[in-house]
Amino acid sequence: MSAMARTLDPRQIRADFPILHRTVGGGERLVYLDSGATSQKPVQVLDAERTFAETSNAAVHRGAHQLAEEATEAYEQARGQIAAFIGVHPAEVVFTKNATEGINLVAYAMSNAATSGDAAARFRLDPGDEIVVTEMEHHANLVPWQELCRRTGATLRWLGVTDEGRLDLSRLDEVITPRTRLVAFAHQSNVLGTINPVPPIVARAAEVGALTLLDACQSVPHAEVDFHAHGVDFAVFSGHKMLGPSGVGVLYGRRELLEVMPPFLTGGSMIEVVTMTESTFAAPPQRFEAGVPMVSQAVGLAAAVRYLTSVGMERITAHERLLTEAALGTLSAIDGVRILGPTTTADRGSAVSFVVDGVHPHDVSQVLDAHGVAVRVGHHCAWPLHRRLGVPASVRASFYLYNELADIEPLAAGILEAQALFGATAPGPERSGGTVACA
Amino acid sequence: MRLTAEHQEIILAHYRAPHHSGLREPYDAEVQRFNPTCGDELTLRVRRKGEGEQAAIEDVSYQVQGCSISQASVSVMADLVIGRTAREAEELHTEIAALLRERAPESGAWPSHLGDAAAFRDVSHHPARIKCALLCWAALRQALS
Repeated sequence: MSAMARTLDPRQIRADFPILHRTVGGGERLVYLDSGATSQKPVQVLDAERTFAETSNAAVHRGAHQLAEEATEAYEQARGQIAAFIGVHPAEVVFTKNATEGINLVAYAMSNAATSGDAAARFRLDPGDEIVVTEMEHHANLVPWQELCRRTGATLRWLGVTDEGRLDLSRLDEVITPRTRLVAFAHQSNVLGTINPVPPIVARAAEVGALTLLDACQSVPHAEVDFHAHGVDFAVFSGHKMLGPSGVGVLYGRRELLEVMPPFLTGGSMIEVVTMTESTFAAPPQRFEAGVPMVSQAVGLAAAVRYLTSVGMERITAHERLLTEAALGTLSAIDGVRILGPTTTADRGSAVSFVVDGVHPHDVSQVLDAHGVAVRVGHHCAWPLHRRLGVPASVRASFYLYNELADIEPLAAGILEAQALFGATAPGPERSGGTVACA
Repeated sequence: MRLTAEHQEIILAHYRAPHHSGLREPYDAEVQRFNPTCGDELTLRVRRKGEGEQAAIEDVSYQVQGCSISQASVSVMADLVIGRTAREAEELHTEIAALLRERAPESGAWPSHLGDAAAFRDVSHHPARIKCALLCWAALRQALS
């Protein structure tokens, strides 16, 4: 029987996640709907980190003793397994602290290209050059590019977002032009759940000779993603959003680009020859991993990848689609709830953000928390997107493989209770001043 | 977050019918403050007589976009500081901020001179929300400086 024939049983999955068995507040069942911010870890990941620390811990890529060799092997094995998971060569996988660092690594490499000779010319930015992002980016894929433009005199441009929460590709050819040097965009919006179409953007970038960087933080944990098949030049994702530890992320870079890209952080591990006056640098990926790296976290992330693979990414995607469909249906049916982003599961992931008319997201969250329901509130590090949608903040429920249909009912019940307590229809005198958020 | 029923009622009363709300003329200082985690926004105006620590606060008016805690907090603050001096307002700010940050035990009631601000005691157990309660006080300090 193929993996696809069997639907995922979240009860079986939940048995592997100790934290999901704790209670919160006054003995409430924990309903964890914040995996878009960070996911929980199965015992398999926790055990892998602990076993490494108990048996093979040493600094990698230095030292010739047995532990150092075992640790180096574990670290490089982890790189290999993670590379296979995303369809790339191990030398194309750079371990970073998180996805944010991966994006900054590329942004600073582009800054450093100005003083790195002809080999790095591909990465150089001058006044008149342009970088293109989208209006739905997480701040992590916006602020580093704003800063790069400030340092180099380049100009930042962006693709807009439609009222339905889709990328507006109608002006693709006007925004991505021969002046564009890099296009950085989210694979899946952390707010809207929207899955962006990679092929037309990559094709247009290729047409004008621009590099591409895909923020895959919200896609790699939830679906099968193959960066070679997508044809992007760079991609980033974080370990902690895909059942792995925090403190480890991945930058994927196409091999021939990493070969000629200048380093960001410099120091130990990333060198070839060092004299008192100058140094030459190691080949990638070591060139981009200065200092003793996060070994147990890399080992933990590889365990997470093995766990996800054993469950099956297609089953995880299908399970999340089921939950998302149910959540969209239940929430849409509540008067005064407005969903931000696509209202069907077509080209859509499992982050479901919404506003409740007349009730501030913090107040919605307060009631939900009292019932053990953990959601994210605020602008989710996507302030410009919220501004575009005309709301200061929103509530986000995000689902993962360990969530069940039963998690949606307490979410809906909490919203109704928040409306009764804080909403415009709540008892009490008419408000005279202070505007109410999202009204 | 969990608030005792009595405190929740006080906060809801200010939230539903905020005291001294709206932006009024004349004023001597206007400041705008944002809560960077949620994008909440407060515009606060102060009308004062005199200068420095002994300046008398004659009016506080405001427009706020925020949660029940931030809306109620500015309403409570206006009640507390109108008619006081800048120095007294600063002392209240310091005292309330300290109480919020020391995670007061649930049994310990706040001093009565803090008025309805006592309802924010339980907020001290929710670090993410302390800045909602203190947004207005930070704005007032800036307006008086």
